[in-house]
Formats: sequence, structure tokens, C-alpha cells
Amino acid sequence: MIRLEKRPQPSRAWSMATPLVAVIATMIVGGLLFAALGKPPVEAIRTIFWEPLFGEFSFYYRPQLLVKGAPLVLIAIGLSLGFRAGIWNIGAEGQYIMGAIFGAGAGLAFYPSESFLIFPFMVLAGAFGGWIWAMIPAVLKTRFGTNEILVSLMLVYVAEQFLASVSLGLLKNPEGFGFPGSRNLQSWDAAHNAELIAGTGMHWGVVAALIAVIFAYVLLNRHMTGYHIRLTGEAPRAAKFAGVNPTRLVLFCLGTSGALAGLAGLFEVSGPSGQISIDFNVGYGFTAIIVAFLGRLHPVGILLAGGLMALTYIGGDIAQSNLQLPAAAIQVFQGMLLFFLLAFDLLTNFRIAIGKPEVA
Amino acid sequence: MDLSAINPVLLIASLMVAATPLLLAAIGELVVEKAGVLNLGVEGMMIVGAIAGFATAVESGSPFFGFIAAAIAGAALSILFAILTQFAQANQVASGLSLTLFGLGLSALMGQSYVGIKPPQMGDIHIPVLSDLPVVGPILFGHDIILYFGIALTAAVWWMLKYSRLGLVLRAVGENHDAAHALGYKVLKIRLLAIMFGGACAGLGGAYISLIRVPQWTEGMTAGIGWIALALVVFASWKPWRALLGAYLFGGVTVVQLNLQAAGVAIPVEYLAMSPYLITIIVLVILSADKSSAPASLGRNFHASR
Repeated sequence: MIRLEKRPQPSRAWSMATPLVAVIATMIVGGLLFAALGKPPVEAIRTIFWEPLFGEFSFYYRPQLLVKGAPLVLIAIGLSLGFRAGIWNIGAEGQYIMGAIFGAGAGLAFYPSESFLIFPFMVLAGAFGGWIWAMIPAVLKTRFGTNEILVSLMLVYVAEQFLASVSLGLLKNPEGFGFPGSRNLQSWDAAHNAELIAGTGMHWGVVAALIAVIFAYVLLNRHMTGYHIRLTGEAPRAAKFAGVNPTRLVLFCLGTSGALAGLAGLFEVSGPSGQISIDFNVGYGFTAIIVAFLGRLHPVGILLAGGLMALTYIGGDIAQSNLQLPAAAIQVFQGMLLFFLLAFDLLTNFRIAIGKPEVA
Repeated sequence: MDLSAINPVLLIASLMVAATPLLLAAIGELVVEKAGVLNLGVEGMMIVGAIAGFATAVESGSPFFGFIAAAIAGAALSILFAILTQFAQANQVASGLSLTLFGLGLSALMGQSYVGIKPPQMGDIHIPVLSDLPVVGPILFGHDIILYFGIALTAAVWWMLKYSRLGLVLRAVGENHDAAHALGYKVLKIRLLAIMFGGACAGLGGAYISLIRVPQWTEGMTAGIGWIALALVVFASWKPWRALLGAYLFGGVTVVQLNLQAAGVAIPVEYLAMSPYLITIIVLVILSADKSSAPASLGRNFHASR
């Protein structure tokens, strides 16, 4: 008889190994899925994971890894703080949009000034936009006990409508011949989040993501707030006795994740994407949830997971053009990854025992 | 602006149609939560139900088969959630989220060749005399069969929870799974069945959107209705009749804002489209003060230690 025995403590080895096992399982099942779609499975997997890094055109794709990975890591770092404490911000997509709108709006208010202060001001405004949007569920949770999962998610839809509204109205390019969307920030030097070193994909968002990783690592390992976050997640009752202030923790976790998501939005709109438009957001806020879990809610893990997820985005694009693999297949692939991760986590917390239980 | 163009009878009739997907999904989730499980994957199961129902209806030419396929697809997806949370002891919030992310991708993949097709029509019932009555006829006796099924399901779930033995066991499992286990009830089996019921209902709700309410297939067409259904369960304080009331209220908001858009009110379209989500938040705030009626074991996993 096979049964599950709870481990006295989660296994560290399995905790590190499950993301790898999950990736391999996803590759196998994903390959079967691609085969079912009539695509060569091995070729497809190779295209997704190998081509962007070492293929013929990798000189073009490698910088993309940073461009796509940075927003994912930035958002996921923020989310992981809350997730560790059982505070579920799943509306990062909305905070990302609001950060972009606030940041771009703050910059465009001064168009066409060429002051060097404009970009820093936009960065602050972007972080503020995401922060204020995340403060709505935070304050409602602390004041009224409202469920932050539902409120933060509802606000994504509100933000999407707001995005449509500003790209058709408030922020519409006056010289855009009536097309929706704002001025292109890439062609305005003072607001352009340009590559720091040409041809590397390295822009300010990547720098911010790396700083966020270090910040989160120090916070969680060396700081009282980080200790409170971990304590609340692992032993809520002990946290209560230790005098952790839950209100402050909610405000801090949601606020930080909102600000980081807002930053990600700002760096995206002022750099790779260039303008506010109706379909500006591409779901980084949701994919970042997968990144956060795949990285085991650990800053370094998230860095690696963000890179991997960026790889599936880029590889997915290549597979789309080379093998006509549908874009949705990659979305399924990413969703599957989280499934397998959660399933294999069983091995972290439980031991599979064979035989009859001993009589105590 | 011409508000006189809005016909109150048609408004109420279309309100009931707009409310039905919400009602179906919310009733399913209500049963799941009564059993102590929080499945945040409603949105994912709905959208998969929407495309499974749509595709089956188009291929078979029968909307009825479409609904059956949608219920099966929703239940199948919910089994994945059940495996994760009930067997693998995974966090319910994370598992529900992964179900939604996976479902959105899967539905987009399944639906590629169905964009822009019209599904076979599900006829409205027609009862001689009754359906032809003015005002009452179109509101009460002129809908499709699934709409009535939703109301009947609400009544059935209410009766089941309140008067049947099964309902009592279900509630016991949701209130205190350790006690239920000690009494010899199969906690995991009951939860699995509840989760599958919830999945089937969400699938039906999704198919109602793609086959009757819209009726068309577009990617991501459920647009947060699954999440509103989750909020609705809180709104309803886990009581079926209040879920019906809530669904009609939200259906009303949706229909009124669509009518206002059509009537060309001075409020920009985007702000009208925000309103259902904003009202959901406001209602959640008002009702979240009282959590006493939530099942006590909600969201907690059960693992029999021996």
C-alpha cells in the first residue's frame, strides 16, 4: 500500500529540485501537445529552449531575453513578498497598466521639453501609479477585511478600460492622424528608456529588476520586515504572538508589489513598447505569478525563473514563425508549468511510504 | 441621448439572460465552498466550457450536445484542481490561479478555428397563450431552457443543502473536516464530487455565454465573469437564493450599462464598461464586514494523518 507521510520539515533538496522536474515534465507533456497539433515535438521544444540562446540568430534573441525577462522579474519579486505572507495580489497586470499610464502621462505633460529630469520624474510617477492602484485592495483589506484577491483582480479590468479611455482621449497623440495611442516616447530623447549599452537589451528596467532582486534578498534575510513576512506565512499564530502588525504588513506587501509592477509598466512603455495604446499590456502581470512560484518565491529563484519564462516567450515567437505553432500553445505550455510545479511540490512536503503504517 | 429607446420589458428579459452564466458558475462554486474548498479557477473552467460547448455545438449542430460537452469539459478541468489540492496537497489559491491561467491558454488554443462562426441557435421555449402575454410573457415564459435550468438548479441546491442528508454531510465536511473524518465520512471523496459539480456548473455557464448570450466565440470572452461569480458567493453569504438575487443584480448592472452605451449617454463607453467591476468591489466592501457565514474549513487542505 502506498501512502503519504508528512515530512516533519519540508525537504530542502526537493524544494530546489521540483522546478527542474516540473520543467522537464512540461517539456514532455508539451511535446505531446505539439505532436497532437501536428508539429514535430522535438523540433518544437528545441526551437523554444535552444534557438533563442544558441541558434543562428541568437545575437538578436539574446538581448530580447533581458527585455522580456526584466518586467517579469520586477513584478514577480514584488508578488513573492506578499505570497510568502499569504497576501495575494493577483492584479499586478492592472498595476502594470496604471504605472505605464501615470509614468507616460507625467512625462507627456512636459512635452517637448528636453530636461534630463523628465525620465526620473516619469519613473517616480510610474511607481506611484502602480502603488496607488495596489493601495486600493490594501486599504480595503485593512479597513474592511475585503478579499484582496477579488478586488485586485477586478481592478485589472478597470485599468484595462481606463487604458482604452486614455489612449483614445487624454493621452492620444495630437499629431497621430486620429489613430488611437499616445506619442511615441522612443522618438523623444528625454523620455526614452534607451538601451544603456547598444545591442545588449540592457535598459533601466533590467537594472531596476536586478536591484529589486538584491533588495528582496536583503529584506528577507537581513531585515525585520522580511522576517515578519516569512513568519506570517509559515506560522501565522506565532506571528500574532510576536507582535507582527498585520495591517502594516498588508500595506507594505501590496504597496511594494504595486510599485514594482508600476515600474515595470513605465520601463516598458518608455522603452520596448514606446507608446500607450489600447493593447499595450500583454499579460506580464499574470505570467509573473507563474514566475514567482517557479522561483520558489525566492529572489534568486525568481531571477532564474524570469529568464526561463522570457525564453518561452521568445522561443514561442520563433516557433510561431518557423513551425506555425499557435501563440496560444505557448500560453498552455506556461500554464502547464505551474500545474506540474504545484503537483511535484507534494514531494517537498510529503514522503511516499510503502507498506502499512506503524501502529503508534 | 435617448433613454426612451430602452424598453423595460426587454431590459428585464435580457437581464435574466445576462445573469444566467453568473448564476450557474456561482451556484457551482457555492457548493464547492460549502464543502470547504476555495476554487479560484472558475474563470478558467468557464472559458474552457465556453469553447468546448461552442465547438461541440458547431460540429454536431446541436446546442444541447454543446452544453453537455461544456459541463464535461468544466468537470474534467476541475479534476486537475482536485488532484492538485486534494491529493497533492497544493495550496488552493495557487492551484486555482494556475487553473485559470491554463484554462485561458487552452481555450485560446482550442478555439482558433472557431473565430467568427455562428453557432446553431438554441430556440426559446414557446408556451401557447402564456408566452404571448404582454410584459409577463417575454419575461417569464420566453427564454431558453438553460435559463430555467439555472433557476431550478438553485432551488435544487438550496433543498439539497438544507434538507438532504447529502447536504448535511457536505456542510459538515466544510465546517470541520477533522470531525467529519472522525465520523467516518470520506472527506476527500465528498470534496472531489463537490469540485466536479462546481466545474460542470462553471462549464455550463461558460457555454451559455458563447452559445446563447453573445453568441460567438472570441478569445477571453468570459471577461472576468468567473471572478465576479466568486465575489457573488461572498455576496450571497453562501446562500443559494441570495446568489440568485445577486446574479440578477449584476446581470442588471451589465444590461443597463450596455443599454446606456447604446442610448449614447454622455458618460464615455469605457467608464460604463468599468461599472460591473467597480460595483463588485463596492458590494464586496459592504458585505465583507460579516464573515460569520463562511464555512469554517474554507481553503484549508485535509490530510488524514492515519
